[in-house]
Amino acid sequence: MIYTCEPRARRFLKVRERRAAPTRNHAAEEVGGSPMELRRRLARWGVAPLLVVFSAIVFGGCGPGTSTGERTPSILNPSGPVALKESYLFWFILVVATIVFVGVTGVLLYSIWRFRERPGMPAPRQISGNTALEIGWTILPAVILFIVLIGTIYTMVQITEPAQAQSLTVRAIGHQWWWEFRYPGYNNDNPGSNQIAVVVTGDELHVPVGMVVHVDLESNNVIHSFWIPELAGKTDVIPGHNNTLWFQADRAGTYRGECAEYCGTQHANMDFIVVAQSPDDFATWLQAQEAVAATPTSDIQKAGQHDFLTLGCAACHSISGTIAAAQVGPNLSHFGSRSLIAGGVLSNNPENLATWLNDPQAVKPGNDMVLPEKLNSTQIDELVQYLESLK
Amino acid sequence: MATGTVVTRGRAIPRQRWSDTTLGSWITTTDHKRIGILYIYTAFTFFLAGGIEAELIRLQLAQPNEKLLTPQQYDQVFTMHGTTMIFLFIMPMMTGLGNYVVPLMVGARDMAFPRINALGYWLLLFGGLFMYASFLTGGAPNAGWFNYAPLSDAAPACFGAPVNVATAPLSGCFAPGQNVDFWIIGLNMLGIASITSGLNFIVTVFRLRAPGLTINRMPLFTWMTLVTSFLLVFAMPSLTTASALLLLDRHLGTHFYQANHGGDPLLWQHLFWSFGHPEVYILILPAFGIISEVLPVFSRKPLFGYTFVAWSGVAIGFLSFTVWAHHMFAVGLPLVAQAFFASTTTLIAIPTAVKIFNWVGTVYGGKLKFDVPMCFALGFIVMFLIGGLNGVALAVVPFDYQATDSYFVVSHLHYVLFGGSVLGIFAGIYYWFPKMSGKMLNAKLGYLQFWLFIIGLNLAFFPMHILGLLGMPRRQYTYPAGLGWDGLNLTATIGALIIALGVLVFLLNWALTLFWPRYAPVASGDPWDAFTLEWDTTSPPPAYNFETIPVVRSRRPFYDLKHPEDPDWKRTGH
Repeated sequence: MIYTCEPRARRFLKVRERRAAPTRNHAAEEVGGSPMELRRRLARWGVAPLLVVFSAIVFGGCGPGTSTGERTPSILNPSGPVALKESYLFWFILVVATIVFVGVTGVLLYSIWRFRERPGMPAPRQISGNTALEIGWTILPAVILFIVLIGTIYTMVQITEPAQAQSLTVRAIGHQWWWEFRYPGYNNDNPGSNQIAVVVTGDELHVPVGMVVHVDLESNNVIHSFWIPELAGKTDVIPGHNNTLWFQADRAGTYRGECAEYCGTQHANMDFIVVAQSPDDFATWLQAQEAVAATPTSDIQKAGQHDFLTLGCAACHSISGTIAAAQVGPNLSHFGSRSLIAGGVLSNNPENLATWLNDPQAVKPGNDMVLPEKLNSTQIDELVQYLESLK
Repeated sequence: MATGTVVTRGRAIPRQRWSDTTLGSWITTTDHKRIGILYIYTAFTFFLAGGIEAELIRLQLAQPNEKLLTPQQYDQVFTMHGTTMIFLFIMPMMTGLGNYVVPLMVGARDMAFPRINALGYWLLLFGGLFMYASFLTGGAPNAGWFNYAPLSDAAPACFGAPVNVATAPLSGCFAPGQNVDFWIIGLNMLGIASITSGLNFIVTVFRLRAPGLTINRMPLFTWMTLVTSFLLVFAMPSLTTASALLLLDRHLGTHFYQANHGGDPLLWQHLFWSFGHPEVYILILPAFGIISEVLPVFSRKPLFGYTFVAWSGVAIGFLSFTVWAHHMFAVGLPLVAQAFFASTTTLIAIPTAVKIFNWVGTVYGGKLKFDVPMCFALGFIVMFLIGGLNGVALAVVPFDYQATDSYFVVSHLHYVLFGGSVLGIFAGIYYWFPKMSGKMLNAKLGYLQFWLFIIGLNLAFFPMHILGLLGMPRRQYTYPAGLGWDGLNLTATIGALIIALGVLVFLLNWALTLFWPRYAPVASGDPWDAFTLEWDTTSPPPAYNFETIPVVRSRRPFYDLKHPEDPDWKRTGH
C-alpha cells in the first residue's frame, strides 16, 4: 500500500497498480519513463493541484487590467534613482530566496519520494542528529544572511539624500483624506506656518524632471504615509515628527502616489499624482499657479462665485483674490488646472464635479465635505462653471 | 441537613449537585483536559467568525469599486478579522492544545494551578464575547489590529458631542465612539488570561515533570509552549501599558499620544511592537512544537538535532524582543537604528532556518507514513519557508520602504500565520483528536481538506506578493479599475473561497466523526504508534491521566517502552 496525500489519486493508483501488476518491478518504478508512468507519478504526488495553483496565479496576473490606459504603479518599473536602487535589492533578494527555496524544497521533495513507506521496508536507523551538519547549516544561512545585510546597509547609505545645490523643496501635508502640496521656495511659506501661500495645490504634485525633490512631510491629524511606488519607497507622515523624503523623476510623465498608512474611513481614496515635467513646462506651470485666481467673466461664472462665497463653501476653502481664505479644505485658486478631484477619486471634468457637488458623501463616504444644505441644480451648474474657469 | 442528603419517608435520596450535571460539570471543571477542549472549541468558533470576516474582505475586493460593504463596515471587519484571528483564534487554540497535551506529555495529573487555569479560560471567553458585543452596538473596533494612535485616540470632550469638521484635527477627535474602547478593554481581559496561562505552563513544566523527564528530554511541543509562555509573561505587559495609556488619553484627558499637546504618536508604535513582535513568535512557536512532534512519529525516527531545535526556539524567544522596530522602518528612525534592527531581524532568521533544516533532516532517511497530520506538517514546512523568505525580504530596509504597508506584507504575514500557524494547528488537531475524543477523524476528508487548504492559501496569498509589488497599499476598502490589480484580486478571492470550502469539509468531518457512531473507527490509546507520554494512556485519558506516573529514561519514553530490545537510553544516553 502506498500512501499519498490525495485520496482521489489513491483510488486512481489502485486501478493502475492492478493493471500494471504483472510487469511492475522495482527497477521500472525507479526509472519509469513511459507517459503512463509519468501521469501516475504526477497524480501520486499531487502535482496536478499544484499546477492548477500556479497556472491560476500566472493567469490571474494577466487578467483584463490596463484597459483604461492608466499605468500600474509598479515598484519594478522605477523612474528615478531611489526606486531604481530599491528595485535592484528586490531582484537580488528574489534570486537569493529562489535558490534557498528550490534547495530546501528540493531536498524535502526528494526525501518524501525516496523515503516513502513501501511494503517490506525495514525500520529506519534511529539517527538523532549530527553535530557537524548542525554547525554547517547554522553557518550557511548566517553567511547568506550576512551578504544580504551588507547589501541592505550599502543601499541604505546609497539612497540617503545627496547634498545638492539645485533642489526643489515641497511641503506635503497629509489631511484626512487628501494631500496638500506647498512650494515654499516660491512664496514666503515657511514650514509649519498656516499663512496663505501663493502656490498651493491639492492631490497634484508638479516637479521638474531630473531635479532632486526634497519633501517635508507634515500632518496635524493622524499618521499617513507618502508613497510614489515608481519614484521612491514610503515615508510615514507623523504629527509632531519632521520626516523628510527625497526623490527624483528621470522621465517626464504622471506617476501615481498613494497614502500607505491606514488613516481612517477614506484611506483608500487618498491618492495623488506626481506630474514630472520638463523644467520649462514646470516654470510655465509655476507662473500660472503664482497668479491670482481668475476673475469670473460670464454671468453664470459670476453667479457661481456669488454662490461660492454665500453658500458656505468659503468656510473651508480658499480662493485667492476673494475673501475666501479658510485652510480646512483644498485651496481652489487654480482648481480648473487640476486633473483629479476629491482626493484622486474622480478625474476633473464638469460632469464629475457636478456629481461631487450633488452629494459628496455618496462619492466618498465619510469625507469632511459636508454641505450646509443640499445644492439645487442651478447652483451646482453655476459653481461648476465658476470653479472650472479657475485655470 | 448538613450532610447533603434529604430524607424523604425514611429513604435517603442523594441530592444531585449542579456541578454533577453535564453543563455544570463543564462550567465548573478544573480538569486540564476539559479546559483544553473548552479553549479549542471556543477558539474554533472565533476562527469561524474571523473566517467570515476574511471572506467579506475578499468579496469586497474581488472587483474594483464594489459596494458590498460601506467603508465604515469594511474598517470594522478588517480590524476584527485581524484581532480575532490573532487573539481569539491562534492564541487560545495553542493554549488549548497545550492545556490538553502538555500535562500528559510531562506525565503530570493536571496543570500546576487548575483553578487559575479555569479563570484564564473564562476571561478569554468573556473578553472575546465582550469584543464581539461591540457589533450589537453598531460600533466594532475600527482602527486596525495594531490600533495606531492617534487614529485610535480621542479626548474626553469628543464623546457624545457633535464633531466640528473644521476643528476636529486640532481637538484630536479621531476615534470618538466606543469602538476603540471595546478593543482596549476586551484585549486587556485577554491579556490577563494569557498571563495566567503563561505562568501556569511555566510552573507546570518546571515543577510537575515525571521522574527522569529532565529539561533536556522534554518533548518539543512542551519546550515551545514553555518558551511561548515566557514570551507571554514578558510581552503582554507592554500591550497592557500601551492600551492603558490610550484609555487614559481617551477618558481622562491625558495626552500621551497627541503631538499637539506634547505627546508622541510613535510612543504607541514602540510600546505596541515591543509586544507585537514577540507576539508573532507566540503565534508560531507552538506550531513549531507541533511540527516537531508530528514529523518524527510519521517518519519513524527521532527528531533530527533535538538540542539545536530546542535551543534555537529559546534563541528566537530572546531575539524576538530585539526586533520590534522592523515594523517601523518607514517612520523615520535614524539610519543607525534602522541598521541595528535590520541586523537583529537578519539574526533571528538564523535559528529559524536551523529549525527548517532539522525538520527536513528528520524526514530524510525515515520511513514516511503520509497520514493526515503528516501531510499538514509537510505542507507547513514549505509554506512557512515561503513566509520566512519573504520575511527576510522585508528585513532588507530599502526594499521594505517599498513593500511595507503594501499587500506584500499581507502576503508575508498570511504565509506565516496561515501557511505556518494554521497548518500547524490542523496537524495538531488531526494528530491529537483521537486522543481527545477516542475517535479517528476520517482520512479521506482530511486529505481533501489538506489540498483545499494548500490550493486555496496559495491562490489567496501568492498573488498578494505581486499586488504589493504593483503598488497596492493594504487596508483599502476599494480600488480603481485599470491599475493591473483586478485579476490578482479576483484570484485571491477565489483562493479565500477555496479555503472556506476546506473549513466546511473539516466541520463535516468533525460532525460525522463525533455524532455518527458507525462512521469513525474507535481510536486506541496509541493510534499513530507514537513516542511520547500522552499516548501511554487510554483515549481519552481518565481524569487522573495515568494509573502510575511513568518513569522517563530518554526523549522518547513511550518508544522505549514499546521497543525494550532497542530503547533510546541504551543507544544515546538521553
